[in-house]
Amino acid sequence: MTVADAAKILDAEILCCEEAADREVHTACGSDMMSDVLAFMKDQSILLTGLCNPQVIRTAEMMDIVCIVFVRGKRPDESMLELAQERGIPLLVSQHRMFTACGYLYDHGIRG
Amino acid sequence: MSDKITLRYTVTTEDFTRAGEASGDVKRKLKKMNVSPAAIRKVAIAMYEGEINMVIHANGGEITVEITQNDITMTLADHGPGMQDVEKCMQAGYSTAPDNIRSLGFGAGMGLPNMKKNSDEMTIETKPGVGTTVVMKVLIES
Repeated sequence: MTVADAAKILDAEILCCEEAADREVHTACGSDMMSDVLAFMKDQSILLTGLCNPQVIRTAEMMDIVCIVFVRGKRPDESMLELAQERGIPLLVSQHRMFTACGYLYDHGIRG
Repeated sequence: MSDKITLRYTVTTEDFTRAGEASGDVKRKLKKMNVSPAAIRKVAIAMYEGEINMVIHANGGEITVEITQNDITMTLADHGPGMQDVEKCMQAGYSTAPDNIRSLGFGAGMGLPNMKKNSDEMTIETKPGVGTTVVMKVLIES
């Protein structure tokens, strides 16, 4: 699955780095705790989160996260968009809640 | 890469949004040096956790990163209150972080255990009331 496929499945808007939408994703992690993301996340993953602050982007940078999906319609601010653009990490916004968003991806073959 | 390369950073607590800048910089520099992705990942995670700790708990401090052909050594020296009980702090799930830090996504009590997990050697020297120095070494597999 690519970032663009995930966006379609989650009815998500891609806010930046659309040029990276053809990147492959294999796994996903849903968490609002960046501590847990740093401790448990695998390679080539999508991060789904309801947390909306610059440390989400920094965490994604450290973990080589392929793209970030903000659930429950959370919208990153200008400074987060800038940081994500600099780091080349696509940011997506989905109106779905965390459980539903994770379920849709699981349904399409993405595993934890 | 024949000689030792030393990088120095000052971590301040003024702006939480900037926590992680030093770790990001080291990560990008290691990538340019063609260090193995596995070693870069370990360094990035260990140093970022440490950098966050310096901001959350310790009034900032200084980070020195020494890169040789064989390994990367990160020395994080903070100005913080020191640790009362290092053993307890090393337990997964133990945290002294206040609620406002948890609302930022940190303080799950995973920082120090995760730093240890991602380094090949780690030592902690701490003096209550003075500060803590954490030294982490990551070996570069050839």
